[in-house]
Amino acid sequence: MSDIKKIKEEFFSKLSSEISLAEVNQIKSDLFGKNGIISLEFKKIGQINESERKKFASDLNEIKNFLQGKIDSKINEIEELEINEKLNKEKIDVTLPSRSYQRGKIHPVSQTIDEISSIFSEIGFSVEEGPDVENEYNNFTALNTPDNHPARDMHDTFYLDDNKQKLLRTHTSPVQIRTMLKDKPPFKIIAPGRTYRSDSDQTHAPMFHQVEGLHIDKNINMGHLKGCLHYFIKEFFEVDKIKMRFRPSHFPFTEPSAEVDIGYEIKDGKIIIGEGDKWLEILGCGMVHPNVLNNVNVDSKIYQGYAFGIGIDRLAMLKYGINDLRAFFECDYRWLNHFGFDPLDVPSNYRGLSR
Amino acid sequence: MKITYDWLKDHLKTKFNETQLIQKLTNIGLEVESSEALTSDYDFFKIAKIIKTEKHPDADRLKVCDVDIGDKIPLKVVCGAPNAREGLITIYAPPGAMIPKNKMKLSISKIRGITSYGMLCSESELNLSDESDGIVELNTTKFNKKIGNKYFSKKQPNLIDLSITPNRPDCLGVRGIARDLASTGFGKLIDIKEKKIKSKLNQKIKVKINKEKNSGCTSFGSCLITNIKNCESPQWLKNKLVSIGQKPISAVVDITNYVMLDLNRPLHAYDADKINKGIVVRNSKKGEKFTALDNKEYMLHENMCVISDNLGVLGLGGIIGGTRSSTNLETKNVLIESAYFNPRSIRKTSKILNIDTDAKFRFERGIDPLSIEQGINRTAELIKEICGGEVSKIDIQKIDKFEKTKIKFNTNLFEKISGFKISIKQMIVILKNLGFEIKSIKNNLNLIVPSWRPDITQPIDIVEELVRIYGYDKIKIINPEKNRIKPTLTKSQRLFHFLQRSLASKGYFETITWSFTDSKINNLFKEQKKSVEIVNPISSDLNVLRNSIFSNLIIYLSKNLDRGFKDICLFEIGPIFYGSKSGQQETVIGGLNAGKKSRLSWLEKPRNVDIYDVKQVVVKSLEEAGFNPKSLFIDDKTPNYYHPGKSGRVFLNKGKENLAAYFGEIHPNVIKKLDLKTEAVVGFEIFIDNLNITRKSLKDQKSKFEASDYQKSERDFAFIVDKNFSSQDLVDIIYKVDKNLIKEVKIFDVYQGENIPENKKSIAINVTIQSMEKTLQEKDLDFLNKSIIVSVENKTGAKIRS
Repeated sequence: MSDIKKIKEEFFSKLSSEISLAEVNQIKSDLFGKNGIISLEFKKIGQINESERKKFASDLNEIKNFLQGKIDSKINEIEELEINEKLNKEKIDVTLPSRSYQRGKIHPVSQTIDEISSIFSEIGFSVEEGPDVENEYNNFTALNTPDNHPARDMHDTFYLDDNKQKLLRTHTSPVQIRTMLKDKPPFKIIAPGRTYRSDSDQTHAPMFHQVEGLHIDKNINMGHLKGCLHYFIKEFFEVDKIKMRFRPSHFPFTEPSAEVDIGYEIKDGKIIIGEGDKWLEILGCGMVHPNVLNNVNVDSKIYQGYAFGIGIDRLAMLKYGINDLRAFFECDYRWLNHFGFDPLDVPSNYRGLSR
Repeated sequence: MKITYDWLKDHLKTKFNETQLIQKLTNIGLEVESSEALTSDYDFFKIAKIIKTEKHPDADRLKVCDVDIGDKIPLKVVCGAPNAREGLITIYAPPGAMIPKNKMKLSISKIRGITSYGMLCSESELNLSDESDGIVELNTTKFNKKIGNKYFSKKQPNLIDLSITPNRPDCLGVRGIARDLASTGFGKLIDIKEKKIKSKLNQKIKVKINKEKNSGCTSFGSCLITNIKNCESPQWLKNKLVSIGQKPISAVVDITNYVMLDLNRPLHAYDADKINKGIVVRNSKKGEKFTALDNKEYMLHENMCVISDNLGVLGLGGIIGGTRSSTNLETKNVLIESAYFNPRSIRKTSKILNIDTDAKFRFERGIDPLSIEQGINRTAELIKEICGGEVSKIDIQKIDKFEKTKIKFNTNLFEKISGFKISIKQMIVILKNLGFEIKSIKNNLNLIVPSWRPDITQPIDIVEELVRIYGYDKIKIINPEKNRIKPTLTKSQRLFHFLQRSLASKGYFETITWSFTDSKINNLFKEQKKSVEIVNPISSDLNVLRNSIFSNLIIYLSKNLDRGFKDICLFEIGPIFYGSKSGQQETVIGGLNAGKKSRLSWLEKPRNVDIYDVKQVVVKSLEEAGFNPKSLFIDDKTPNYYHPGKSGRVFLNKGKENLAAYFGEIHPNVIKKLDLKTEAVVGFEIFIDNLNITRKSLKDQKSKFEASDYQKSERDFAFIVDKNFSSQDLVDIIYKVDKNLIKEVKIFDVYQGENIPENKKSIAINVTIQSMEKTLQEKDLDFLNKSIIVSVENKTGAKIRS
């Protein structure tokens, strides 16, 4: 056996045993260092007679590559072992709680307003607003509810002056007046917001939320009103079918006026909207009274249309199974957490109203 | 308005049942609030059979009966009736039942030593008749199989409670409701033949209406009935009133009530002998007093419509009568009043005096001005029938003539408003049934409105009548078009909704609290703002409009702390008010955060919430909303409800034009006053209305993208500055040294203490330097270093820390 074959076998067996990274490096330098065993063998090539030189060189190269490869793979092997060992030591309890974070919530009324806006947006309504403090004219007189009209009794108004001129709006309808005085027809708006009545018991709060709707154009009739509300109710409750009933009623600012009931039933203690033979009143509406249009300088011979008012809190209660109105405004942390919505749940047309 | 179907049938001939009636009433706008048996009082009474009778051991006239009431074991009932005998089927009242006649509630009691479980009843005790000599005897063959059943269950008609809208005074009488039903084809309105008074006697009590400005009475009809014998009402009349929950009083009073409920014609009965020298209808003088039938004394204002005699006020016309002239069972001569009072006047007076009566409720909505005689005729007829007496002629005084409303109705308006068609013929039928007088000329109907419909004044009201009677269910559904002309939300509305969700995404719970609050708490946050008081608050602790979101939010923070929550983040977005005029309000986001961060965390050290938590919320939210955090300008001038040393205010820019927000610790005094039980409270307010909209359009949303690939360098500095020096200024100065080269300035340490003079602090800053054009040489960097140091030292008096 030639010397170089011995070298190969000797170092191969060394590299095959369990050795440390330092030992591998030592072997590497023993073999390929400046005066390493293999390096020295290469220097011998010139002295070998020509007939054997070629073979020797070729054998040597092969052995060199072989050992080089062995060393590299040994290093890899050891490093991998070391990493694995290190990782093993680093193992922790992954079931421990994460860094703490606090989830925020959107109030169900705000969520409902967003849902309502999203639905009406789809059929071309834009959102208007009005102030919470109104004057007597916008809240009543302009809406065809003159002083001493019995309908004013139903409004239990909060006043801000003794002459009863300044008040907290009792409904969102004054936004109709403001919108029509400000612009020219056609009008197609909704106006959600806070409303106030001095009424407080289990089912009434002194402050609540309404959304007003107004659509004035040429030739807008009760069929459009019915269609609009039918669409809204269906979309809002996210059901395929809805039972809806228009019932004559009276509001001074609309003529004809209607109240709208939806069919429901109670199943396992839960309210199911759209089925059953019970009726639930959910909104008031009607064709805007010509007197109102005249009050805001809209020509009632050319323009006509409808208006509606919906109690937002009540809609939220129905849709989300909340049974106590007062709780909306009591800010109980547990209640807010339970009924509140994740801020990422933004109601939208394309993605759907709710998850 | 309460009715029974039985009463309705006095006026309506119909074959429909009660369920159909209720449906129909609702369909024509006479909303049924409820329909149920009047009282459960009558439910108690059971059909029972006497199985055995024994003489009471200690009372000769009493018997001890074993009574079968359908249960397994018969009950012992003590009974005094002579006809109580074995095998008799009668009516049994258990303990707990109320005896209709004397309103006595039964209980298990001992009668002469024997326990009696309930009682056997006479017809008189049950108000069935006057028969009181013995207990009820029911027909054996008819009732033998009904032992144990309720006796009254089917006899008692349901009480139908209608919610009549204020425009429909005509339906405040049973006949009006019948008329409305008949016009829909639900039945036929029964003609009532009015029996007119035929009398030769004059009405001897003189009546005069004073013609005054704003007189509340335009006509006053009266009739005198003499020599009557007032008495208890007959059973049919009592039953009528009881069936709708009214209490019978005496024949005269019951009759006037009955006529009012039946025909919607309020009346008043005076004891004629108590009227002193004739009646004058006039306006009141200030300070006049009278005692009304509710036994309250009222002090009148000027110009209220009163009925008076020579001695003063007898009553408030159309609202309430007085005790001085009231009738009773001894009344011999009675004067019946049937008048028309002006709704405005009625409403004004009753509102000032705070009186609500059935008459007032009707007059303020508008009574048929032509029903005066009808009311008297009917009342006189009934009084004569029940109480006897002689009836005088009707006397009617008038100061104004009533004219019926005329409307010219173009029939095309119907389809234009309703969206569907009905024939003119159909229109005429409906309107005729409702009482309109009609002349039709092609497409026009010349209409005379019935006098009982004050609500109908113009063509649109006719459309409503037609749709209402024809049926709202006939209105077609026209599906909405899905097109949008205008954006749904304005930019500021979008900002509102964006910030709302932005806050919630930072761990805050959104709340909604009242717009009004307790002035005592509001005063802590009101600053220089005007207090806006509510004249008629719902309670004294909700008496002002809030000047700050905190005025309510802090109350609810406190309540949640009291509930045992320790770490709380609450916010509200909504209006605050700075004046009582419309529009003197602005939209503010207020947030409060109490307690600790990382409480009970195995991972992180717990710490109290602090100013930098809320500063982060404010700055991050503004940045998310599109404002460059680098252009925000912050100083330390804040309202006095914040900690003076640990609070700041934020402007959108150096010019301090728009106040964007406050943030900081809540002043310890406030925490103390409200007794907030927590380690720390911080808060912030963002003034949305002051945030001018950032992005104008997509095109100028962002500047051109430029980035440098040349090497960047970082240099650290530490400057010693005055303790009160604001680090924001230091950062600003450094940026300004070379706006092109200095990319980022970061404060990484602030230190006070050893090695730093008192009243000074050391601020350590890391500056990132990079050129867009080249790799900077060492000399360039050295030059910039020196410039930074010189600039800072010169402009601030700071010293570089070596």
